Amino acid sequence: MDIRIIDAAAVTAAVKKLFMDCNYFIGSDIMCALETALHTESAPVAQSVLSQIIENDRIAAAEQIPLCQDTGMAVLFVEYGDKTAIDGCFEDAVQQGVREAYEEGYLRKSVVSDPVFDRVNTRDNTPAVIHTRIVPGDKIRITAGGKGFGSENMSAIKMLTPAYGEEGVKRFILDTVRAAGPNPCPPIVVGVGIGGTFERAAQLAKKATFRPIDTENPDPRYAAMERELLEEINQMGFGPAGLGGKTTALGVNIETFPTHIAGMPVAVNICCHAARHASTEI
Amino acid sequence: MTKRITLPITDEDIKSLKTGDSVLLTGTIITGRDAAHKRLYELLQQGKELPVDLRGEIIYYVGPAPAKPGYVVGPAGPTSSYRMDKYTPALLDLGMKGMIGKGARSQEVIDAIVRNKAVYFAAIGGAAALIAKSIKKEELLCYEDLGTEAVRRYTVEDFPCIVAVDSEGNNVYRRG
Ligand code: SF4
Repeated sequence: MDIRIIDAAAVTAAVKKLFMDCNYFIGSDIMCALETALHTESAPVAQSVLSQIIENDRIAAAEQIPLCQDTGMAVLFVEYGDKTAIDGCFEDAVQQGVREAYEEGYLRKSVVSDPVFDRVNTRDNTPAVIHTRIVPGDKIRITAGGKGFGSENMSAIKMLTPAYGEEGVKRFILDTVRAAGPNPCPPIVVGVGIGGTFERAAQLAKKATFRPIDTENPDPRYAAMERELLEEINQMGFGPAGLGGKTTALGVNIETFPTHIAGMPVAVNICCHAARHASTEI
Repeated sequence: MTKRITLPITDEDIKSLKTGDSVLLTGTIITGRDAAHKRLYELLQQGKELPVDLRGEIIYYVGPAPAKPGYVVGPAGPTSSYRMDKYTPALLDLGMKGMIGKGARSQEVIDAIVRNKAVYFAAIGGAAALIAKSIKKEELLCYEDLGTEAVRRYTVEDFPCIVAVDSEGNNVYRRG
């Protein structure tokens, strides 16, 4: 069997570039949605907020500076080809890439060493949260993003039971978005994970926020749910920056997984308009 | 209509500001967020003097990104204000005149705003690169060890924000 050897330095370089790129350059899906929203809004405050966000994102890209000061906690989804081997330590290589991006890319270091007691800044934004899946092949595919906590803090998970059905799922998602209100820097992207176990639902919700908003769930029933939820959320009236308007969310992405006969976990991961993610293949 | 305010803000300025007004601030503001608020609040509770005089000042909830060479500050947008709710009434009662942040405040904060004739401004969350353009100078005041959370004085020119809670307690954030 042929095994492809990948240099740890190549992993570090790829991860570094991903984090710098995603913090400077907003995705074209978000930019298009913001521009569409600008035409949809009629309230002057909502229009003004949207045009300032668009201008902000243009400045960040042109000057290669972070579009938001909260450059987030680093999260990576790795699809690791089973025909590859790393010349070095994969985990160390990834953390080193994060360290270099945050230090050399003028990104904010926002991670503390211990959640409850010490809360001392690690000064290099490590450790990153790494989700790894082993897949067939000889490539490593990485999707990475910096997750700001203004929106992360507004996320929620609930272990619904099957009797709640589609309506129960939708109600929980809408309740979570309503409770978040103006805080998570609307217009937001709503990532939803349904099914699996407690932790799988949360992971799917995060993954959903990393999916471009101009795509839809391949299952037409979930795609319809994405559209309906987006419409209902945009009737809530929070609007851009929470100052009122028709654009509270830019997109709703749902990801699913089979689940237990007794369960229907639903996780809602809220992401702000600074929905930063980038992908690469090594 | 956009109102221009020169800092320090006066009681007349505050009285003239109404919820929803667009405002451009020029002058100096003080930065501070979670960790700095915790320290200031603990000092107050112990009856000790604060290392920074907040009377008459406006505090900006911000933890900027590092500045690239050639820049005064890195991107510097607002952080969520509700996390400071526990500490804000005590600072307003001390004579602080306003806050700049993003998102809704607790009823206790709104009450303290009315009681002290103060004002709460919202800046646009996530517009950090744009907002940084209005920050012309920065000076460290205290808590350097907090890094991005240190307390600094910013000199701003036409810093863009919106009146979110005026001195009569009118709140821009509607409930969904
Ligand atoms: S919620 Fe997002 S846009 Fe708002 S401050 Fe945090 S990272 Fe920036």
